[in-house]
This record gives sequence, structure tokens and C-alpha cells, in this order.
Amino acid sequence: MSGGVDSAVAAARAVEAGHDVVGVHLALSRMPGTLRTGSRGCCTIEDSRDAWRACDVLGIPYYVWDFSERFKEDVVQDFIDEYAAGRTPNPCMRCNERIKFAALLEKAIALGFDAVCTGHYAKVIEDADGNRELHRAADWAKDQSYVLGVLTHEQLKHSMFPLADTPSKAEVRAEAERRGLSVANKPDSHDICFISDGDTRGWLAEKIDMTTGDIVDETGTKVGEHPGANAFTVGQRRGLKLGTPAADGKPRFVLEIRPKENKVVVGPEALLAIDEIRGIKVSWAGLPIAEVATGAEFDCHAQVRAHGDPVPARAHVESVQDDSGVERDELVVTLTDPLRGVAPGQTVVLYQGSRVLGQATIDAARSLQRVAL
Amino acid sequence: MPVYLDHAATTPLSAEALAVMTRELARTGNPSSLHGAGRRARRAVEDARETLAAAAGAHPSEVIFTSGGTEADNLAVKGLFWSRRDEDPRRTRILCSAVEHHAVLDTVEWLERHEGADVVWLPVDDSGTVQLEALQREIDRDPGAIALVTVMWANNEVGTIQPVEEIVGLAKPHGIPVHSDAVQAFGSVPVDFRESGLAAMSVSGHKLGGPVGVGALFLGRSVKLTPVQHGGGQERDVRSGTLDTPAIAAFAAAAEAVTANLVDERTRLSALRDRLIEGVRAAVPEAVLRGAGGERRLPGNAHFTFPGCEGDSLLFLLDLAGVESSTGSACTAGVPRPSHVLLAMGLDEDAARGAQRFTLGHSSTDADVDALLKALPEACSRARQAGMAGHESSIQTAATVARQASSAS
Repeated sequence: MSGGVDSAVAAARAVEAGHDVVGVHLALSRMPGTLRTGSRGCCTIEDSRDAWRACDVLGIPYYVWDFSERFKEDVVQDFIDEYAAGRTPNPCMRCNERIKFAALLEKAIALGFDAVCTGHYAKVIEDADGNRELHRAADWAKDQSYVLGVLTHEQLKHSMFPLADTPSKAEVRAEAERRGLSVANKPDSHDICFISDGDTRGWLAEKIDMTTGDIVDETGTKVGEHPGANAFTVGQRRGLKLGTPAADGKPRFVLEIRPKENKVVVGPEALLAIDEIRGIKVSWAGLPIAEVATGAEFDCHAQVRAHGDPVPARAHVESVQDDSGVERDELVVTLTDPLRGVAPGQTVVLYQGSRVLGQATIDAARSLQRVAL
Repeated sequence: MPVYLDHAATTPLSAEALAVMTRELARTGNPSSLHGAGRRARRAVEDARETLAAAAGAHPSEVIFTSGGTEADNLAVKGLFWSRRDEDPRRTRILCSAVEHHAVLDTVEWLERHEGADVVWLPVDDSGTVQLEALQREIDRDPGAIALVTVMWANNEVGTIQPVEEIVGLAKPHGIPVHSDAVQAFGSVPVDFRESGLAAMSVSGHKLGGPVGVGALFLGRSVKLTPVQHGGGQERDVRSGTLDTPAIAAFAAAAEAVTANLVDERTRLSALRDRLIEGVRAAVPEAVLRGAGGERRLPGNAHFTFPGCEGDSLLFLLDLAGVESSTGSACTAGVPRPSHVLLAMGLDEDAARGAQRFTLGHSSTDADVDALLKALPEACSRARQAGMAGHESSIQTAATVARQASSAS
């Protein structure tokens, strides 16, 4: 329980459904701040107290579990490493994959619990054989199935999302009010929880060595200099401070970051449109669909950001050798219409209707127009 | 009914205290007022002062009522430091045991940070007993610069009773005042303020069957103390604030009842505790008893470390089984930290994390010990599994799937 309204209502519903419920707050830092400031950050002492208060009202025990070491290693360090390698990671996804539904779940199982119940807006469906599928929540505007797309079948078997069928967040707040939960009107949290002031760039600059380097255009011609390649994101337009204007006079965007060469590649907007995605670290949310084993192509929708729109695509799995000759599965996603704002490191989650099929970490994003150059 | 094995945290209100408290709560009167209602309240407070003084071997004028043990500790440590330094600016040293309660520990650290105190943390041996040679050495080094010595009477975590008389014996020839936090000792073992030679001693109401929110500082008649809290000049002008008549009267009633029965109760609790200790050792042979043995240990205290277990997991599992215990140490924002007491006793962080404290009191029975011994083996084995968890995940995750896929091919 984060101390927010969603997890408090999820706990209340689990209690009402007759489960033996214990509230657990994750300590993700050994030195939490005292008070919240606005919607930024989380895991302050005030958040812990809010979660505790909700448990008091629900009449359930409350514990703080310290996963700060694991969190630092598996989420925060991963976030830094990914940026240092020129990729754009999603730390919430990493936390779900490795902390909430792994380290926490494992401790819980050892202590005799059956499942982790969270306030995520997503739905788990079980078929007659006990196999589970992950689906979008009823309220697609609040749906959080994207950040859960990384869960495996085993993790889903131990997951409960009581907010699945809630028509809206307003409803959850109203329910919290009705139940006497003081967090009913607490603001939603945004941004990355471990960067308390929301300044991701500034935070990264302290952690990653930044050295000046070249900005080149799509043909490889130097058009400017940058203070450090890792400070840029694919799709970024502002703050490039290019000395040499583009031939056509149109604005240029970051197309690619090459951390090894410390180069930032810029080009016209048209070249941002991605036609094909290759993903690694593939996993399936539940049992994989039949085409996964055969390598056949299948229709689906692809989503590359937590609040991005799903777009029609065709996908298949390929077995390839990586640089060191080790075989691995790669997910090849061909987008029906080109998609902007796709960067390596992001996660592509595949859907069929409301069902989450699985996910992969984007390793390469290809623009056919750019390949043709 | 859950089994309550956490008397060191707080005790159930005794029948005597409850009766006095409800009687006083129904009455009106500020003890400082001069009219009838005030006189009546004053009578109750002064009766309580005499009762409490008699229970602790002190003179009534040596009793300063406070809001509890923490306030008494703050008042003693800060007040002694300031008054001694005012008399002689060289006196900035504080000798303090490494195993104090946070009420003393954090007060001393505050003086170090904000008032230029020069703090010496007195080491303890593996039983948690202050090393007298170290104290002697520190006193000899520069006795004229010492503001005060503060060493608790008995430790709240591991129950070790400190050699208070010897400590006073080393300090007194140099005119150094000694303060002792006797919150855990008073009501459990014989405590005689006058005989101890202490300059100041803190006690608390709710650790011996009295209410929460009241305590006292025993302060020698000739000891000068700079006040921390200013106002109406109550309590020898050392602790201002309207006196809480019902709580003070109930505290004194509880203290009187507990000291009248101290010898028998001590024998009863020691035997019950020894049965608990033997039972735990039989049920979980790898459990290690921490703290001193026999007479050097509080009669109601049994403290163990359980290798491989996290204290908070054990606490949770026992709670689930209806047994209420404690890890013994305070936490920051609910984040369990290894106990400074156990670390000072030489344990490493891993061992210290497995701590669990069981404390008995006036309401404890044989049935309570039976319930603990019944629940403990299962709780221990589960806590051990949970302690192993989270190091290398056995849950299949996206990362392990990817690793398995590449190693299989």
C-alpha cells in the first residue's frame, strides 16, 4: 500500500471479499522524506502513515517491508545503466517485474500468503483450467495493464487487482469517502518516485558522466555540439541549439542516441516514424498464444508507452543469435501505420482486444524511410 | 484473547491505578489553585508524591513529575549538562553508555550537535554491561571536564541490569553527577534512589501498571538543574506545567502496589521467564539468548536472536498466531533497522536483524508461555524461508524467462 487512494480501496475490497488481508508498505529508501510535496515523489513518512491509517480503518495489520537494497539495485541502478547506454527505460515496469511481483511476492508466499493485491487498474481472468490472462481494466482511460505487461504466468497466478471493473477513478474516490478512508482526496502521484523533484535530467546528470560530443544529421554531417548524449531523448526537438540550419529550414528532432560514439543524430520529423520494432527479453503474460511457438505472424495491437495509444500491428517471434553467439528469442513487430516516439529501452506491449499477450524491451526501432537513405 | 508478551513496551493498567484514576478524573481542581477544589487536587498530588518517593527510596521533595520517561530523560540530561557547564565552561564532556534508550541517546546526540557537547560512548561487553574499566579510564582522563555520566539502570531490549552503584562509586569522588534511566527497572527490581547515590533518575508510569503520559524525575535535593520547559514554576521551578492529578495519583497507586509485592512478583516472573527461555531453546535450538544471566537480568525479560530470521517477519507470524511480541528496537518510518544495543554488544547486522523480545509482567501467566512455545517453531521456520526470499528470486519473472531461454538453447 503506497498510501494512495487506489491501494487503500483495493485493500478494502479484498477485506470485504473475505480474504485475510495484511497491509504492506514498501520502504524503497532507508531515508524517506518526511512530508509529501504535491504529487511528486512517494514513500515519504507521510505516505507510510496514510497507508497505516487506512489499515487501521479497515481493521487489518500493517507492516513496512524494507526492499530498499533490492530497489536500488534492480530499479534505480537499472534506470541509470539504461540511460547511460542511450536507452529509455520504464522504472515502474522494472519495479513490478522485480520488486512488487517478485521479491515482495516471494517473501509473502514464504510467510504464508497466497497473493499480492494492488490498486492497479487491470484485470486478471482465469479460465476453466486455472490458466490466467491479463486484460485491460474496464476504464481504458485509467488502464494500467501496460506496466503489468511484464508479469509472467506464475506472477499472474499470485496477483489480484480488485479495481479491475471500476468504471472510473472518481468512483474509487467516492468509495474511499464512503468507507471513511482519509486518502479519498489525496492527489495522484506522477513522475518517477525516486526522483523527488521531478527533474529527471538533472538527477541523471549527477549519476552519469556527461561529455560534450557531436550532433550529426541523418547523413552523418556534424551540425552542432551537445553537452552529453545521455541528456537527450528520441523525438526531442527543443534544446538542441543547432548552429547549422537544416537545408529545408524545417525543425529537426533527435532520431537516435549513440552512447558509444557519444553522438546524437538529428533529422527531419518524417524520419521519426517507425515501421518496425525488434524487441528482446520477451515474456508472455499468461500462456503464450499458439503462434509464439510456431513463429507464425499474428495480428495484434502494439503499445509503447504507459499512456500511449495501441496501434495495429503484425508480430512474430524469431530465434536469432546475439553478438556473442547465444540464441535468443526476438519479437518482431511490424506496425501497420508508422509510429512516432519509439526509443530503444522502452517496452512494447502486445494486445489482442483487451487481452495483454506479452511484452519485449525495444532493442531497435527502424524507420524504412531512413533505411532507404 | 491474544497473548501479551510485550510488557516492556507498556503494561495493562493495574486495578489500583484504574480505581484511583477514575475517581480523580471525576473531580475538578488545579493543584496550584488556592481554593477548595485546588486544595483537594493538591492533596492528591502531594499524597502521590510521598507514595512514589517511598516506593523509590527518595524524599518527597526529590520527586519531579513529568509527562513520562522521555521527558524525564530530556530534563535530566539537558538540565544537568547546562547547569554544570554554566558553573564551569570546561565541563562539556558527557559519558553515556552505548546501549541507552533513544530518549537519552538522541538527547545526548542533540547536545553534541547543537551545544558543543563532547560525547564519549561507553562500551559494553557481550552481555550489554557497561565496561567499568572504560568508565574509569574516561573519568581519569579529565574528570574536571565531565558534565555528567548517564547510564540506564536496566536495558529495555536485552534486560541487562547495569552496575549503577559501581558507576556512581567511580564518579562521585570527582563530584560528577550520574543520571540513570530507570524506566525498565523501577517496579521490576529493587530501586533505591537514596542508596544508589544517583543525582537524577527517570521513571515512567505505564511500565509498571500506571497510565501512559506520566513519569517522574527523581532529583537529588542539592542537584542544580537548568529547566527545559518554562512557565508557571511548578515542580521546584524545574518543570513548569499544570500537574495531571488523575495520572499522577494513578501512577503512585500502581507504584505502591508493585513495590509492596516486588519480592514475590520478582520470584514468580523469574521462574516464568526461565521456563520461557528453556522452552524457546528446546523448540528452536539455534536461538541465542542475548543479555546477561541470572540476577543481572530483568525478571520479565527474554531476548533472543533467531539466525536466518528477520525480526519483523517473526513478529508478524507470531501476531498472526495470537502472540504479541516485539523486535525490541525502534524503527525509522517503520523501516526496521538493526538495534544499536545489539550492535554495541558486538553482533553483526545480520544477526541483529533476527531479534525478538518477549517481556512478562503482572498479567503474565504460564498459559502465555505455553502459547508462545506452541506458535514459535512454525513461525520460525516460515520466517527463515521468508528471510531467504528476495535474494535470488524463485518466482519466474521476465528476466528469468529470458535467461532460461538463452541457456536452454
